[in-house]
Amino acid sequence: MHLYVLLPILAVMLLLQWRKVGMLVWLFVYWIGIFVILKYGFTTPVPQSVISLYMGIITFALIIYISWDKKRFRAVVDPLVAFMTRRRYTVPLVLVVVLIPSLVATSVYLSRTAPVQAPFFARTVHPATPASISAFSTDYDLATLDNPLRPLESDDPQAFARHVANGRAVYYENCHYCHGDDMTGNGQFAHGLNPIPTNFADSGTIAMLQESYLFWRIAKGAPGLPEEGGPWESAMPVWENFLTEEEIWEVVLFLYDFTDQRPRAREEVH
Amino acid sequence: MKQHKFKILLMIVVVLLPLAAVELATFLNQSLSYRSPVGVEGTEQTPRMQGIGDEQAEAEQEAREKPYEEAEYREFPVVGSRVAVWVIAQLHLLFAAFVLAVPIFALIIEFIGYFSKDPALKKRYDRLAYEFTKLLSTSFSLTATFGAFLTFMLIILYPKFTNYLMSVFSPTFLPYVLLFFAEAFFLYSYYYGWGKFSPRVHLALGVGLNLVGTAIMFIANAWLTFMTSPAGISETGALISTWEAVTNYTWMPINIHRIIANVAFGGSIAGAYAAYKFLQSRSDEERAHYDWMGYIGNMVAIAAFLPLPFAGYWLASEIYAFNQTLGLTMMGGAFSWLFIIQAVLIGNLFLAANYYLWLGMGRIEGAERFHKYIKYLLVAITVCFMVWATPRSIIATVEEVRAMGGSSHPVLGLLGVMSAKNTAVNILILSTFMSFLLYRRAGKTAVVEWARKGNLAQFAIFAAVCVFVIFLGVYGYFVETAVRIGLSIPQVLSVLIAMVAITVIDVFLFRGAKKGDTNWGKIPAVSQYVLIFLAVTFTWLMGLMGYVRSGLRQHWHVYAVIRDTSPDAYTPTLGYATQVVSVTVLIFFVFIGLVFWLTSLSDKKSWQERAAEEAEKKARQAQAGDGGWQPEPAMLRESNPADAS
Repeated sequence: MHLYVLLPILAVMLLLQWRKVGMLVWLFVYWIGIFVILKYGFTTPVPQSVISLYMGIITFALIIYISWDKKRFRAVVDPLVAFMTRRRYTVPLVLVVVLIPSLVATSVYLSRTAPVQAPFFARTVHPATPASISAFSTDYDLATLDNPLRPLESDDPQAFARHVANGRAVYYENCHYCHGDDMTGNGQFAHGLNPIPTNFADSGTIAMLQESYLFWRIAKGAPGLPEEGGPWESAMPVWENFLTEEEIWEVVLFLYDFTDQRPRAREEVH
Repeated sequence: MKQHKFKILLMIVVVLLPLAAVELATFLNQSLSYRSPVGVEGTEQTPRMQGIGDEQAEAEQEAREKPYEEAEYREFPVVGSRVAVWVIAQLHLLFAAFVLAVPIFALIIEFIGYFSKDPALKKRYDRLAYEFTKLLSTSFSLTATFGAFLTFMLIILYPKFTNYLMSVFSPTFLPYVLLFFAEAFFLYSYYYGWGKFSPRVHLALGVGLNLVGTAIMFIANAWLTFMTSPAGISETGALISTWEAVTNYTWMPINIHRIIANVAFGGSIAGAYAAYKFLQSRSDEERAHYDWMGYIGNMVAIAAFLPLPFAGYWLASEIYAFNQTLGLTMMGGAFSWLFIIQAVLIGNLFLAANYYLWLGMGRIEGAERFHKYIKYLLVAITVCFMVWATPRSIIATVEEVRAMGGSSHPVLGLLGVMSAKNTAVNILILSTFMSFLLYRRAGKTAVVEWARKGNLAQFAIFAAVCVFVIFLGVYGYFVETAVRIGLSIPQVLSVLIAMVAITVIDVFLFRGAKKGDTNWGKIPAVSQYVLIFLAVTFTWLMGLMGYVRSGLRQHWHVYAVIRDTSPDAYTPTLGYATQVVSVTVLIFFVFIGLVFWLTSLSDKKSWQERAAEEAEKKARQAQAGDGGWQPEPAMLRESNPADAS
């Protein structure tokens, strides 16, 4: 969080508390304060789509807050009515009447003159698997496919460690250029890709998936992505053309080992 | 006045008549075939006429020689077959849900009235149950009509697939039709027999109505769940066991989910009817009655709505367990964004339902002392709503994605996973329950000696469960997925236990309590629009989630068995799907408006009475001469008790 954004907002609120301002002012301060925190308060900026979603919810909640109590409702509406009807507010009223369309016009101008960008892209993190795939001259049923090397973890830890080490070699020979040294999707080629490669260190990616899913994604790459949800614009190669079946399973082991995550266990079908 | 109306009508007719004449003439002119200006048809053959004749003869010959072929699909004009079936199925389902739900809570209300010892209360509950039941008659007809419509649409547009379903489920169709007859018998005898049978016989009819209705739904659910999670068939689709096909993997989760959802939906529609009547009411008595009816409708909706996310979660986890591909398509793939829309709609439902309760506290004397807690509940509900609506994969520009280092935000992305969402839903439910509890005790003062300790115990349970649910939510980030999924069970159980424990304490705490008056009808009109908003949002939500459940199969009629090879075998864009759902909701509300109007006709006075009243009013005005105000006879009677007697 950026404290230089947060602290002034808190200071303004304390000041208003001390000056005992009316409900209408508080309403503006809450709305604008939350907006400013969302827009500028985070070290990593929050995308506009989320800000819009949150501000919609906040607006609805504030309307409820002022309208469920008659006194509070009057405390907000009465000053607004006075502002619009009393003669002494004529000048500020004219200013507001001019200001609102001006702000809208400015917003339209800025949006029209903004530099051209690639369109919004709603990425599907987990495309749906097909029921089965064919690779290495074998048909695999993805619903029942398990990593054949995984049982070694408990049965033969030394052999397991050897396979993980092989997986490490495979990863650093082939994958790290895009997925990065630390698997955060920040490899040296990543900046030329859109969307950028998946961040395996994120708990919302491989930890959510069974190993068969990773096998499918690695073996079949971008051309193997399902038709629905496309266009995918993925640069993932078809690794079955370059790696052996065992190497793919080994690199899968390494991905989980390095990121200290466990693959998703298979649930029981009732 | 009448002359004036006549003139307006005449003017409209005068304008429309020439327009219609021009339109008809244009149509006839365009549709009549071309006739040669020279010669007489049949006597002088032109090359053009010869060509047309030959073409016709050729087409006829071709049609005669063509062998009979079973059509696989037929095309519906303009919108296509899929959208046509989609809209009709959704409308049928919405009415069916309403018709199945209303008897459930009408019967419960009737039972409460039956066991009530206070005659006034008995009568009040009985009237309320009857008022709900009045909505059923027209709705039942519309359900059956849309059901027949859907059947014809399926047979016409998807003949081969419908034939396949018939072959798998043929033993279920006859019982279904027979149950429908039984449903009609029970429904009409329950409605028309109100006050005619002894209460016990009438209650038994209500029980029969509910049992038959539930059985009908269970059979229909077997057909649709089979399409998603087929069972009892071979890999090529050949039938092995009808019973296994019926009791497929998602059958029972859908049954349970639909019963609960139907009650929530039915309660909200009944609440909307009460709101419609409240806004039309002209007397305080009517307003009080419909305010109460709206309150009960909303309470039914919310009571059923609270356990609904758990039932939905069970259904989703069963779909996931049945087939990972389906689960991923639903939660992480093409349909995942619909769950963000779902979260927004459900969050709105929670906010609106709480808002209605808080507005309702205004009609209870002595409720002011609880006002100070409402802002904290509002904050909790808003925060939970925001967490629930936070997407995991965020819609972002390329620059935003680069700044985030991926499609999820490093901080907000943590709120996009199930641990955060489950926690938010549980706290949301608990907060709504606390709102209801505050409403329940508004205006009451506990007189038992242990009142302070009881309050403390309630607060301690509430706080402890909140801490426990949040702890499990945070813990979920540090364990593997299978364990994390399992954590949802203690979260749900702790919330349910807290709700039961707090309610039990509350019942004993306020036994013999001093009560402030509840001024039914004294509620701001905005509350009634909130009830209508709730009904619309519930309907929308049902349409949206219905699409997700059905659309999940993508290019399959029966998942992984019978492939959809029609031109519509593609997944529509989210925007298009939401438009179809929205239009369906609009059509439903046009029809439900018709149901409300037809139902309220029974409360209207006969035209003779209305004419007599009109004549009486005119006579009073004539007597007044200068048009000055004259008291109505009813008012005079009220001011003089002797006259009134």
